[in-house]
Amino acid sequence: MTDGISRFVYVTYIRTTPEELWAALTQPEFTKQYWFGVTLETDWKAGSPWKMVLPDGLVTDEGEVAECDPPRRLALRWRHLWRPELAAEGEAFCVIELEPLEGAVKLTINHSIPHPGAKLIEAVGGGWPRILSNLKSLLETGQVVLKSKPAG
Amino acid sequence: MSMDAVFRALADPVRRRLLDRLHARNGQTLGELCEGLDMTRQAVTKHLAVLEAANLVVSQKRGREKLHFINPVPINDIAGRWIGKFDAPRLAALAELKRKLEEGNGHD
Repeated sequence: MTDGISRFVYVTYIRTTPEELWAALTQPEFTKQYWFGVTLETDWKAGSPWKMVLPDGLVTDEGEVAECDPPRRLALRWRHLWRPELAAEGEAFCVIELEPLEGAVKLTINHSIPHPGAKLIEAVGGGWPRILSNLKSLLETGQVVLKSKPAG
Repeated sequence: MSMDAVFRALADPVRRRLLDRLHARNGQTLGELCEGLDMTRQAVTKHLAVLEAANLVVSQKRGREKLHFINPVPINDIAGRWIGKFDAPRLAALAELKRKLEEGNGHD
């Protein structure tokens, strides 16, 4: 990346509605099921703080809600706290967009960090690909594919 | 998004190489992806279109440039499909959720 920013884009198509997907992204009873027990604690208002909490109470990430436009767009300022080498990569920015398309919803996650070669995004919470595969599976079939976070 | 499209896209060595290059450095332009490949721009464009149709590559406009990103979610879906066979979770909450979400939704 020539501008020194690491950008990651994740896209999945889920056969559900924007409202159901929005609920799955923002409500703890849903996130716990596909995000390896994680809950996001916030009131989902622009400017409000949020924190990511593991089942044992450990807060691994925090930030502020930059934009919240249900059920279309969510933007989060994102700071990792737990692993020093990842925390050193600086504050990240995560934009989540939902677009309805022919009976499905296109979910796009844009995660960027002003740090070349950043390792944060794959590392956090089992990595977006695994989280999104679980989310898709949960919404489409009622079951997650990976119950626990794989080692590493 | 069909798994057939993902497997077809991955069946070609040039397309796997393009994915490798995006894995090494995400967010490249067509011009950057063409560098060092003994292929025409048109041929690379066609391969990228196949990868995009399979959702393995996502392109986004940044100003005047179009950047290409590797999207590992479909590969993970494939892994999950078979891993899930050996790790079938049985959570009571999920059965209830399945029932609720499938009301009025068509599933195959």
